[in-house]
Amino acid sequence: MQPGIKLENFSKSYHAGEVEVHAVRNISLEIQPGEFVAIMGASGSGKSTMMNTIGCLDRPTSGRYFLDGVDVGGLTRDELADLRNQKIGFVFQGFNLLARTSAFENVELPMLYSRPGVRGREQRERAEKALELVGLGERADHQPSQLSGGQQQRVAIARALVNQPKLLLADEPTGNLDTHTSIEIMGIFQDLNRRGMTVIMVTHELDIARYAMRTVVMRDGRIVTDQPVTGRLDAAEELRKLKQEQQAIQLAP
Amino acid sequence: MILLKTFSIAVRALRRNTLRTLLTMLGIIFGVAAVIAMVSLGNGARAQLEASIAALGQNVVTVWSGTMSRGGFRGGFGSSGTLTAEDYEAIRKEVAGVNGVSPEVRNFAQLAAGNQNINSQIMGVGAQYIDIRSWPCSSGENFTEADVRNANKVALIGKTTAEILFADEEPVGQIVRVKSAPFRIVGVLASKGSDMWGRDQDDILLVPYTSAMRRLTGDLTFRSLMLQAASPQILGTVTNQVADLLRQRHRITGGKDDDFMVRTQQETVELFDAQARTTRELLFYVALISLIVGGIGVMNIMLVSVTERTREIGVRLAVGARGLDILLQFLTEAVTLSLTGGALGIAFGVACSRLVTQQLGWPTLTSSGSIVLAFGVSAAIGIFFGFYPSLKASRLDPIDALRYE
Repeated sequence: MQPGIKLENFSKSYHAGEVEVHAVRNISLEIQPGEFVAIMGASGSGKSTMMNTIGCLDRPTSGRYFLDGVDVGGLTRDELADLRNQKIGFVFQGFNLLARTSAFENVELPMLYSRPGVRGREQRERAEKALELVGLGERADHQPSQLSGGQQQRVAIARALVNQPKLLLADEPTGNLDTHTSIEIMGIFQDLNRRGMTVIMVTHELDIARYAMRTVVMRDGRIVTDQPVTGRLDAAEELRKLKQEQQAIQLAP
Repeated sequence: MILLKTFSIAVRALRRNTLRTLLTMLGIIFGVAAVIAMVSLGNGARAQLEASIAALGQNVVTVWSGTMSRGGFRGGFGSSGTLTAEDYEAIRKEVAGVNGVSPEVRNFAQLAAGNQNINSQIMGVGAQYIDIRSWPCSSGENFTEADVRNANKVALIGKTTAEILFADEEPVGQIVRVKSAPFRIVGVLASKGSDMWGRDQDDILLVPYTSAMRRLTGDLTFRSLMLQAASPQILGTVTNQVADLLRQRHRITGGKDDDFMVRTQQETVELFDAQARTTRELLFYVALISLIVGGIGVMNIMLVSVTERTREIGVRLAVGARGLDILLQFLTEAVTLSLTGGALGIAFGVACSRLVTQQLGWPTLTSSGSIVLAFGVSAAIGIFFGFYPSLKASRLDPIDALRYE
C-alpha cells in the first residue's frame, strides 16, 4: 500500500541572522493512512518544523515529501493552499478562531476558499454537521469569547473537519486544556481515527501521547525513537474512571 | 458569488470596529462633500450667468461713459458723463446694423403710491430699451418715442415693485410718485429674475430718459448706452464703428486714452466667468488635497488592520486561502471603506449645497456627473491606497503569521 505520508531524507534549515539553524536533519518517515501518530520532543527538537512541512505550510530545504504520492516540494504557493484546503485539517494549541465571529462562521471559513466553491446551502449543512459531530450543534451562534477552552477547541476541530480531509494535524491540541477536557478531545480524535482518518499530533505530554497508536520522539532535529504505543489508553474508558474517582472523592467524608 | 462573499467578509470586518471605520472615512467624507458642494456652487453660478446673458438681451453692446481722470485719480467707467445726447443721436444715425439704441440713466429714489412706498432703482431709457433687452410688458404697453421727445411723466413698472406698491390691484393707469413728481404707469414688465450680481431686476421703474434727466436727476450726460446689433456676426463691426465714431466726436487721436468703453455682453460674461473659474480651481485643489489626506488615512488604518489581524490572515492561509484571496479581501475592505465614505460625502455635500441655497440664496446645481465622479474618485482612492497594505497581507508567510503575537 502507498503510504499517505512519506518523508525522504528531509532536512529543513533557517537563517536566523548570520547563523544557519538546522531545525530538521535528514529524516525519513512513513505514515500509513489510518494511523494515529504522536510526535514528541522538547522545544527546539524540530517537531513543529516537521509538522509545518507535513501540513504543506512549508517546503523542505532538501529531501522530498510526498503527500498521497504527490511531491509537495515542487508545488507553487497556490497549489499548496489548495492542498491544505482539500486534504488537511489543522488544530492549534491556541485554537486560532476568528474573534467576534460566531462558531458557525468560523467553521464555514475553509469552505470560503474551496475551489470549486461550495454552494450556500451545502455550506450551511456541512458546517452544521461538523458542529454536531463535536457536540456543539446547540452553540453554533456563540462567539469564541462566550465558549470555554474545550468548546473553542471543538469549534476548531469542526473547522478542521468541514472539508472532509484525510489528514488531521494537531499542534499541542491539549496544551491549554485541563485533564478532563483533554481526554474529551482525545476521545474525538480516537473516534475520527476509528472512522479512517489519519491523525498526527504534536505533544509533549506523555499521558496524552498514550492515546495514539505510535509515538515518534525527536531530539535535535532527528528521530530518536519510533515505536508503537504499548498499553494504549481509550478515552471513553479513561473518562469513566475519572468520573468514578471524582465520585469517590465526593463520597469520602 | 465569490465577490459577494468577499464583500460580506469585508463588511463584517469593518463593523467590528465601527468607530475606527467612521473616523477613517471622515477624510473621504469631507473631501467628497467639498467636491460635490464646490461643483454644485460652480454649476449654479454658471447657470445663473448663462441666464443673465439671455436676460441682458441678445447681441447687446454696452457703451460705458468714460473714466474721469483728474489729478491722478481715476474713477471707474460710468463715473463721469462723457456720453451726450448728441453722441446718442450720432450713433443712432451713423452706425449700421443696429436694431436699436437706448441711453441709460440710473438713479435710486423713493417711490410712493397710495400708502405704500419703496426705494427702487429708476432707470431713464429710450423707447427701444425693452426690445433691446427682450423684456416685454406683461400688461399695458411700452411708452412711445413721443413720450420720450416730450419728457412725459409715464413709467413701466417692474414686477416686484408693482407687487409692493399695488399688491393685487392692476398697476396700469395708476399714479406713482417719484420724489413727489407723479408718473402714470403705462405698463408692467414681465419678470426677469436676478442679474449676475444677484440683484432683483424686477425691482425697477423705467421712465423716458428725458423725463429722468429733466425731472429727477438733473444730469446732462448718460451713464451708458445700450445697442443691439442685428446679428452676432456683426457684433465686432458694430463695436468698432461705435468706438471710431465716439473717438472722432470726442477728438481722441493717437495714443490718448478713450473716455468711454465699448463692451459686448460676452466680454462682460467672460470677465465674470474668469473670476468664477479661479475660485473653482482653488476649491478643486483644496478638495483634492483633502481626498489625498483621506486616502492616506485609509492606507494607515489598513496597515494597522493588517498588522492587528496577522494571526487571522495566518489562519485563513492555513485553511487554504490563496494570496489572491487575502489581497482581494483587504482591497475590498479598503474600497468598501472609501466608497461608503464617498456615499456619505455625496449626501453631506448635497445637503450642504441645499443649505447654502436655502440660507444664503446662492444658486446651486448638483449634477449627476459630479456624483458619478465623486464615486469613481472614492473607489480609485480605495484601490490606490488600499493596494499596498493588501499586498503586504497577501505576501505573509502562513507559519510566521500563525506565530505572530
